[in-house]
This record gives sequence, structure tokens and C-alpha cells, in this order.
Amino acid sequence: MTTIAVPLGEPDLLTRARWAVSDTLTITQRNLLVWMRVPAYIVFTIIQPVIFVLLFRYVFGGAIPVDVPGGYVNFLIPGIIAQTAAFATFGTAIALAVELQKGVIDRLRSMPMARSAVLAGRLTADTIRMTVTILIVLGVGYAVGFRFQNGFGPAVGMVVLSIVFGMAICCIAAFTGLAIGDEESVQAFGLIWLFPLTFLSSAFVPIDTMPGWLQAFANNQPVTYVVDTMRALALGGPVAANLWKSVAWLAGIFIVFLPLAVRAYRRAS
Amino acid sequence: MSQISSGPAILVEGLVKSFGEVRALRGIDLSVPRGTVLGVLGPNGAGKTTAVRILTTLLLPDGGRAWVEGRDVVREAAAVRRVIGLSGQSAAIQEELTGRENLEIIGRLYHLGKARARSRATELLEQFGLVDAADRAAKTFSGGMQRRLDLAASLVGQPRVLFLDEPTTGLDPRSRLAMWDTIRSLAAGGTTLLLTTQYLDEADELADEIVVIDHGVVIAAGTAEELKSRVGGDVLEFTVPDRTRIGDACAAVAKIGDAEPHMDGETGVISVGVGGRGSEALIEAVRGLDGAAVETRGLMLRRPSLDDVFMALTGHAAEETTQPAKRRGRRRPADKDTDQDTVRAAS
Repeated sequence: MTTIAVPLGEPDLLTRARWAVSDTLTITQRNLLVWMRVPAYIVFTIIQPVIFVLLFRYVFGGAIPVDVPGGYVNFLIPGIIAQTAAFATFGTAIALAVELQKGVIDRLRSMPMARSAVLAGRLTADTIRMTVTILIVLGVGYAVGFRFQNGFGPAVGMVVLSIVFGMAICCIAAFTGLAIGDEESVQAFGLIWLFPLTFLSSAFVPIDTMPGWLQAFANNQPVTYVVDTMRALALGGPVAANLWKSVAWLAGIFIVFLPLAVRAYRRAS
Repeated sequence: MSQISSGPAILVEGLVKSFGEVRALRGIDLSVPRGTVLGVLGPNGAGKTTAVRILTTLLLPDGGRAWVEGRDVVREAAAVRRVIGLSGQSAAIQEELTGRENLEIIGRLYHLGKARARSRATELLEQFGLVDAADRAAKTFSGGMQRRLDLAASLVGQPRVLFLDEPTTGLDPRSRLAMWDTIRSLAAGGTTLLLTTQYLDEADELADEIVVIDHGVVIAAGTAEELKSRVGGDVLEFTVPDRTRIGDACAAVAKIGDAEPHMDGETGVISVGVGGRGSEALIEAVRGLDGAAVETRGLMLRRPSLDDVFMALTGHAAEETTQPAKRRGRRRPADKDTDQDTVRAAS
């Protein structure tokens, strides 16, 4: 035998902690590299949200009366940013399902790397990807007439809230990707829960135009709380009540779905 | 560095695993001495992959114990992961990245450090003849190249024990031979190998020792020669285009065989075991058939196949061992990938 590259002794706690960080960074870097190599991913994460902005701004927007300063474009952009953040998690679910299908996750799990790194790296890379998309949508929003009305601090707060919201949805997506483990099914399932969740909310239209039974759902679901908070941060208005409800919902999602995703990863086969 | 224990590289005692109703492993025992190659032979669904997944710490057994390099695969899983390499049925590589990037990332996840990860990637690309393609996206690779890259990835950490789960399934014949050469050179380098396969000739070519498993139990063990002697040696095979003459043909070759000639109802292929009297039996068969004036097609002498081994050991053909999908009915990459690889190989 030649030299053994991998030492056999048990690494100490400090070494393991260092590996957990460096392995997460390696996986993050790998995922971002993959994202940049595939034109279809770029189209999905950048062109599609931009099309949504233009579609709602110029096609539907004129027909949707809203009562906010600056008109529909100001109403729309916070909503579409939240929707963009939620839809970005399709990528999370699909990527994990594909890695599971192809045996990449088996390979990584059979290696002496930090077991947390695959999920942590996935969430980190997808958060970075999501942030880029959000900033692009914001830029396009500015180009089509959106303007923050409430100062710089709350504007940053709006962006941060949208990212945290996206990360929470990312945990759900990671769980579905690993639990379903099949690319096409994951995609279909994503449509089934993400479309109603984002469209049956205050993201695109004022809820009071919906029929009563739908209002009951739309008024009490997390996307509405998050979008209303974002809108208040961007355009002014009372923030506190919706912010607390948003935080409670997002914390709940993290507490439930992060452990579920971790468990699905451990059991993945 | 901890001391290296002196026992076998792989030791398995009474391994049991069920998936719901399906009993994938029903008490498997194995022992693989250091530096040898064990071939695990069996049809689809026999439990080969389940055994590999338990030994590579991907799956917990329901019962029994297993050690790799003296480390318990359940209680000392982290230590086991440091000495093993795994190459599964599909190419577990990131197709969007280049061959070099794939290997470098694996090296960094083995904590080799950036510089060493890079040099290790270069070494492996050279060893596996992938230097020219190293900086192309892996999705542009042929099926054989992807599997070689996958094998290279399993060697980044210089494992002492390497698990190869059906390393040539779906490969075209040329890639298959190339893969055999690679595996042989790994074995010559002193790596302990456990290799699963559906092909007797593959186990014959590569393994020092073979175990045959079916329905989750070991049904035979020994060297390739020992197994073949249980089958009864070579097999003479032919078809008869004129179906009315099949009886005459069987009669003409009956006296040279060890047993009654057997006709496959689907393919119409008549086969008869001729023991060790290979070419002699072939001449007799030609004379006999010529004497009976029966026209034949594709008359040949072949070495016993997995089907023959199974027929001899279990009384049924390998393909008949249908077993429900192992993993809770989920569609597995293995099934799909075989198709893909076949397509790739054919195109």
C-alpha cells in the first residue's frame, strides 16, 4: 500500500467543527458553480421573475385598482419579490431529488465529510441565488416605476424579510425534494402547493376583491402576513402586527421543516 | 493512526434487512481477506445492493453485524467511512461540472487541502485516461467515461476497501473490458474489493472468491472454477429453424450431453450441458446432427452463464426471481440508469 491519505484516528471536536464549516462552503461553491453552468437554471431564476414583473405591471396592472401611494407598481413589487423567493425553492427541491436519484447523495454520505454540509451548503447556495434574483427583480421594478416610499432602513428590512421568508420555504422544499426523491414528482408537487400559497394571498391583488370563502384563507396564511409586512416596510404604514405574525409563522416553519429535512437526508435512500 | 487489526477486511455475520414486507437480506455471512476480490453474484433484487448499502454505512441493518477493516459499520460508521470507497450502479457525478472539478470537490470533502485535492485529481485523471476530457463538462462524457470518472471519485480518499456495485451494468462491451482492466489493476495494487455483478463471466474474470446470493441468502460460495464445476462445465447451444425437426435434433445430441437437452420455449434455443468434453462434444454434435440431416443455426459451445449457475443451484432461471422493488416502491436510479446507459452505449 502507498500512503494513506485519510487518518484513522477520531478527529477532535474543533477539527470536526472546522470541517463542518469548510465542507458547507465546498458544497455551496459546488452548487453555485452548477447553477452558473446551466443556462436553463439562469433563465428559470432570472428571466422568469422579470417576465412576471412586466406581465403584472403592464398587462394585468391597469385593471387592478389599489389604494397605495404610487399605484399598482408599488403594490406589486413587494408581492412579486415574495413570490420570486418562494418559487426559487423549486430549484432546491429539484436539485436534491436529482442528487438523490443519481446516487450523488449516497456517495457523499459514504464519505468522511460533515453530514450536515450537504443540506447546509444547499440552503446557503440557494439563499445566495435567491438574493441575486430578488435584487434583479428589485432593479427591474425600479426601471418600471417602483419606488420605496419609507426610507432606506425599512427598504433593507423588506429585502431581508423576503430572504428569510425564502429560506423558510427552502426548508419545506428541501424536505419535499428528499422525501419524494423523484424529479418530475417533485416539480408537480411544488406547483400544487406553491401556486395556491403565493397566488391566494395579498401578493398580486387586494384580498377584498376575492369571494368571502377565499378571503378567509388568504387573510390567514403566512404569505399574506409576509407580503403585507414587506409592503408596509416599503411604502409606509403599520408594521408591527403583521411582522409578529410573519415571524411566528416563519419560526414555526423552520422549527418543523428543518428537522424534517435533516431526517429525510439521514434516511435518504 | 490507530493500529490495523489483523482480521479480514470485511466480515459479515447474519445480516438481516427488510423493507416492509420484502425481506431483502435474510441472514448473510461473508468474510473477505485483505487484498482479495470478492464477487457477489446474483440477479436483480437478490439483495446485493442492500448488502453494499449496509456495508458502506448508508443503511442500518435490522439484525446481524458487519465490520469493515475491523470497524463496526453501525457503531463506528464514521471510522468506516474513512477507509472505504463506493462506486454505485449509476455514475454519481455532477454532470454540469468538469471531470477535474468533480474530483477536486471530492478531494476537498476528504479534507485533503486545496493543493493536494488538485494534484490527486490530476493523478486520477491520468490513471483513468481522462486527461483529454478533464476540462469538459461530465455530461459530454460517454457512458463508459462517466463510470470511469465515478470510479476515480471513489478512489480520491485512497480507500483500503472498495465497494463496486455492478460496475459494468449498462456498459458497452468495449467499455466493459476497459473497466475490467481498471478493476484488475486496483486489485493488483492491494485494495480489497467487493464487487457485485449479474454476470458470471465478470465474477470469473475479476474475483478470487464468489458468493452467489438469491432472495437475500447465500446459496453458494467458492471460486469460479468450483461454481462452474457444479454447473457441469460447458454448454452446447443451437436453434433449429424447422420446428418439426426439433425432436430429431434433440435425439441426435441427447447421447453427448450430461442431461436431457433443454429447449427455451421463448427463444427456441436448445441447450445441452456437455461437461468438460467441450470441443470433442462439439464435433460429435456436428456429426450427429449431420447424420440426422437436421439443419441448425448458431451452433456453438459456450461457457456456463449465470443462468446456468442458477438453473443448477436453484432450479430456476435468474430472470425469474422477480421480487418487488426493494425500496418502498420508489423509482430507483438503478433501473432508469441502466436504460440510459444502454441508450448512450447504443448511440
